[in-house]
Amino acid sequence: MKIIISGCGKIGRTILKNLANEGHDIVAIDTNPDVITELTNIYDVMGVCGNGTDSDVLQEAGVSDAQLVASFTNSDELNMLTCFLAKKLGAAHTIARIRNPEYNDKSLAFMKQQLEISFTVNPELMAAREIFNILQLPSAVNVETFSVRNFEMIELKLKADSALDNLKISDLRGKYKSKYLICAVQRGENAYIPDGNFVLKSGDKIGICATPTEILKLMREMGVQQNPAKKIMILGGGSTAYYLAKQLSSLNNLVIIIEKSSEVCAKLCEAFPKAVVVNGDGTNQEVLIEEGVGVIDALVSLTGMDEQNILMSAYAQNKGVPKVITKINRSVLVPMADSWGLDTIITPKKIVSDVILKYVRALENSQDSSVETLYRLMDDKVEALEFIVKEGLDFLGVPFKELKMKSNILIAGIIRDRKTIIPSGEDMLLAGDKVVVLAANQRINNLSDIKG
Amino acid sequence: MNRRIIFYMLGQILKVEAVLMLLPLICSVIYREKSAITFVITIALALLLGFLLTLLNKPKDKTFFAKEGFVIVALSWMTLSVVGALPFVISGAIPNFVDAFFETVSGFTTTGATILGGTEIEGMSKGLLFWRSFTHWIGGMGILVLVMAIVPTDSGRSIHIIRAEMPGPIVGKLVPKLKSTAKILYLIYIILTLLEVILLFAGGMSLFESLVHSFGTAGTGGFGVKGDSIASYSPYLQWVITVFMLIFGINFNIYYLIIAGKLRTAFKSEELWCYVGIVIAAVALVTYNIHNLFDGFWETVRQSAFQVASIITTTGYATTDFNLWPGLSKGILFILMFIGACAGSTAGGIKVSRIVLLFKRISANLRHMIHPRGAEAVRFEGKKVESETLNGVLVYFAIYFVCFTVILFVLLFEPFDFETNISAVAACFNNVGPGLSKVGPMGNYDIFSYLSKMVLSVAMLLGRLEIYPLILLFSPRNWIKSRNK
Repeated sequence: MKIIISGCGKIGRTILKNLANEGHDIVAIDTNPDVITELTNIYDVMGVCGNGTDSDVLQEAGVSDAQLVASFTNSDELNMLTCFLAKKLGAAHTIARIRNPEYNDKSLAFMKQQLEISFTVNPELMAAREIFNILQLPSAVNVETFSVRNFEMIELKLKADSALDNLKISDLRGKYKSKYLICAVQRGENAYIPDGNFVLKSGDKIGICATPTEILKLMREMGVQQNPAKKIMILGGGSTAYYLAKQLSSLNNLVIIIEKSSEVCAKLCEAFPKAVVVNGDGTNQEVLIEEGVGVIDALVSLTGMDEQNILMSAYAQNKGVPKVITKINRSVLVPMADSWGLDTIITPKKIVSDVILKYVRALENSQDSSVETLYRLMDDKVEALEFIVKEGLDFLGVPFKELKMKSNILIAGIIRDRKTIIPSGEDMLLAGDKVVVLAANQRINNLSDIKG
Repeated sequence: MNRRIIFYMLGQILKVEAVLMLLPLICSVIYREKSAITFVITIALALLLGFLLTLLNKPKDKTFFAKEGFVIVALSWMTLSVVGALPFVISGAIPNFVDAFFETVSGFTTTGATILGGTEIEGMSKGLLFWRSFTHWIGGMGILVLVMAIVPTDSGRSIHIIRAEMPGPIVGKLVPKLKSTAKILYLIYIILTLLEVILLFAGGMSLFESLVHSFGTAGTGGFGVKGDSIASYSPYLQWVITVFMLIFGINFNIYYLIIAGKLRTAFKSEELWCYVGIVIAAVALVTYNIHNLFDGFWETVRQSAFQVASIITTTGYATTDFNLWPGLSKGILFILMFIGACAGSTAGGIKVSRIVLLFKRISANLRHMIHPRGAEAVRFEGKKVESETLNGVLVYFAIYFVCFTVILFVLLFEPFDFETNISAVAACFNNVGPGLSKVGPMGNYDIFSYLSKMVLSVAMLLGRLEIYPLILLFSPRNWIKSRNK
């Protein structure tokens, strides 16, 4: 598929890399010639130096036969204009990054329709949603939701004293009564889709699929349950903090935002009258202690500096804050933070790139079975995909025990008539089902790919 | 330095060479010649070596950088030439290995300088003649470009290899994927070659000779099958070859643009018009200068156009002994050797685009002297040229003349006149083929000592690969271990 990506900053570049790895024909547009040279040196892509809102540049990039034009520059307006022009010049689909809170909600829907933008992404909003989900279930390091409400996948990190250490997965069934499925395990650099004989070790990161109520039950049985965070301290008052505070204050949580700039503070005060907005430097320990870092349920570091975020999170972790969430933009720093014991890390560009990847895969095979949701877990080695089962799939109604599937593929859950089924050998797929499939170390484009 | 990937690529190259050698083998079999056995031996050897190299060096780490790209290209071309020389040595057609190596390097680098006399060429077996010209065709577009087109690679970094092999100051892609770009280039190359074969065949040339001459023209090489090159063929055939030499001297991107329907962009190319301008001016001057050597206007134009096209595209075919021409014409041809044709074509020389950029840089500098505070931007092909690219061009000129002088110095020890020596270096370094005086179109390079032949072989490789890969190959800093394998 021919894809044009305009604006190759942090997010644009991550998406370009992921799409290039999937084998698409990619043209990169950026105003900085050095960026273009570097990208064409590392990836098998073509580069055009210029502004995406210049129709000549778009035409040079071959916009007329492009299936997708995606614009990720810093400016929302440039992104919208690029998408608008691209659509007029013949691009089939367009994606724009639009992140200014003022453009969201109603006006966004209107602009999207008028400018014929197929899809908009807001990395800050997506990151805030993800953080919000984790704050509701603090024992997990990651929570992924699917298009249906009553099915979730969480990731847990097994601590050294975990009750699951050295246990066989088949033995777990008897130990805990809740209905769940351990669907993926990451140990060191490898990711597995475990079978019954797999023995868990402390230090593993495991993925669990179940309904939200069953997950809570399991946590309680395992003794790792933490209540949803009520008192949350947010460091940095950028857009992510704004979106997060908006969601949290709607649940009547206590939100403390610490922000350096007094102007930003004033705006936040106006938007969230109930929140405590502190005009101060989050790197100053005095400020944190004064605002009660010792008694909060969770701390979220969202400043623009990765290094600051890591240091402040590490400090909070030492102070005994029950849940610490760190935003890191540069993915090279993630393993470093991980080695310091910061297990809950949010990388906005990864969240966006998963969504774009899903969008592109859905475009590729919109006819037989469409990808509804896509997440990459365990260092991108495992993919979780949600499909809608359509009429015409050749193994409809075939029980799974009779179906020969590829290795390292797991059907993690079926949602039929709003009921969640954790599948066993007797279950089968029916038309109209929603199904979540996990695949390790391979790429699944549509449902029929899972057949061995 | 990722050594595994370098030797792995070398193995792949040898396998591809073995496959390509099947064509001359088929030719030998058709003509029932004894040379078939020499090809069988060489193919077996190349395959054995190729599989050994690829099996022993399965790369664990597939990433490589610009330095590996340069080294892969330099080593590939040397290995290619050594193996390519074997059929000549084994068959006994060119018993000495240095001679055979010179001849093969001359083939792959599309130089067309030969150590064989007219009678020796005419007495050579058809299979060997086919191989000799086919090396031009392979070398013209580049063996690594071919490898990229057919061997699966999953690294986005292969652009470093193409950049090191393709001539010109700026190497870009036609389409997003490198593999597709390589395929398109070869497709254009094959179609144009076939077109020439058909036109030559239609003009009464035998199929074998049509093929051989088309290979020679397509790669802008210049190996033929006769002692007097193209002189004994009909005016129609000479015109066909003239036109095709010029066609293969044009940047292949232009053909892609034409196929893609972007005629306007294609014909706006500055380099194309400069190239056409230089050709027309040179033909006009030479025609005026030699008008009393030939009978009739069209005869004179044909002779002048053929020679000008042959030299500027660095092909090196000849329809007459231009050694006997007056000084002005010889001088023009000598200058054309250095200019060469367009970047991104199969031709050698400095390339028109570099010359254009050089002049633009000079005039920008002169303007800067008049207006020291003036802001300058050099534009080429409708775009601002980055100062890095301009610097690259200036450095290339410097390094070009340093290499030229060093090679010339070695040649000066030969007991020949200065014109012979300097034109031999110019003809080899620019991948032209025939020079002036004793190495003129009717002479050959057998007169030189083995040392000079080796030095000229290196000169041809330097010229074809645009100097850097070979120099970087021998730079010790390049071989420092930087990663654990």
